[in-house]
Amino acid sequence: MAAASDAGNGGLSIHPMDQFVVKPLFGDGPIGLFTITNATLWMALVVAAIAALLILGTRGRALVPTRVQSMAEMLYGFIHQMVTDVLGEDGVRFFPYIFTLFVFILFSNLMGLIPYSFTVTSHVAVTATLALVVFGTVIILGFIKQGTHFLGLFWPTSAPMALRPVLAVIEVISFFVRPVSHSIRLAGNMMAGHAVLKVFAAFVAPMSILGVLPLALMVAIVGLEVIVAIVQAYIFAILTVIYLRDAVHPMAH
Amino acid sequence: MEAEAATLLGKYIGAGMACTAMGGAGVGIGHVVGNYLSGALRNPAAAREQIATMFLGIAFAEALGIFGFLIALLLMFAV
Repeated sequence: MAAASDAGNGGLSIHPMDQFVVKPLFGDGPIGLFTITNATLWMALVVAAIAALLILGTRGRALVPTRVQSMAEMLYGFIHQMVTDVLGEDGVRFFPYIFTLFVFILFSNLMGLIPYSFTVTSHVAVTATLALVVFGTVIILGFIKQGTHFLGLFWPTSAPMALRPVLAVIEVISFFVRPVSHSIRLAGNMMAGHAVLKVFAAFVAPMSILGVLPLALMVAIVGLEVIVAIVQAYIFAILTVIYLRDAVHPMAH
Repeated sequence: MEAEAATLLGKYIGAGMACTAMGGAGVGIGHVVGNYLSGALRNPAAAREQIATMFLGIAFAEALGIFGFLIALLLMFAV
C-alpha cells in the first residue's frame, strides 16, 4: 500500500484506498484482538439493521402485509425458494445458515454504499472467514453423510478410465480453489467498485464546469454498484447452496 | 540499487499483465449472458428457471479473472 501512495503524490488528494483502512474508533492505539474499530462498528450496525427489519417486519403478521413486512417476506421467500430448488425439500435444514449469510452480505454491501461508511465485505479477511466456514462445513458434512464415498467427488466414474486420473487432478484443484474464488470474488467486487467511485470523485473538482461529466458518470456507477451489491450477495449464497449439494447429495454433478 | 529498480519494474509490468486475465473473464461473462438472452428470447417460458444457472456460469467465468486479479494483488503487495 505504501508504494502505491508514493506513486500518486502529484495527482489525487484523497487516495482511493484510504476508505478501506481499518482504524480504532477510540484513540490511536495499536489494533489488538478486542479493539473496537470502524469495521466492528459497521458490522454491528449491519446486524442491528437486519434485526430491525426482520423483527419489525414480522411483528404485525398482518394478512395484508405492510411495506416492511412484505420486504421481510420477500427476502425470506426468495432464499427459501432458492434453497428448495437446489437442495430439495430436506435441504430446508440449511435454510437458516444460507439466509444468515445472504442477509449479512446483502446488508453490508448495501450499507457500504452510504457515503462515509465502511464496507465490511470489501476486506478479504471477512469474506475469507465466511468462505472458509462454508468450505469446512462442506468437508465435515460430506464425510458425515457419505463417509469415504465423499471422495468419489474427485473420481468421475462417468469418464473413460484413461481420462480419470487427469480429471481427478483437475477436480482436486478446483475443489481446493473454491474458498479462494468464493471469498475474493465478493471482496474484489466490493473493493473495485468503491475504488472506482473514489477515483472518479477526484476528477470532479479539478475539471471545474466540465466536472458535471464525471459526476453524472458517478451517479450511474452508484446505480450499477447497487445492482452489483445485490448480485454478489446472491452469487455468494447460491454458490454456498451448490457446494452444500455436493456434500449432501452424492454424484449430483 | 539497479537490481532493486529492475525488480520493481518487473513487479509493476507483471501486475499489469496479470490484469489482462480480467479481459478474458469479461469475454466469458458476455458470452454466458448473451447466450442466455438469445435462448430466453426464443423460449421466454423457460427463461426464469435458468437465471440461477446463468449466474452460476457467470461466477465460474469470473473466477478465472479473479485469479488474475489475485496475482496482480500478490505482486503489488506481497512479493
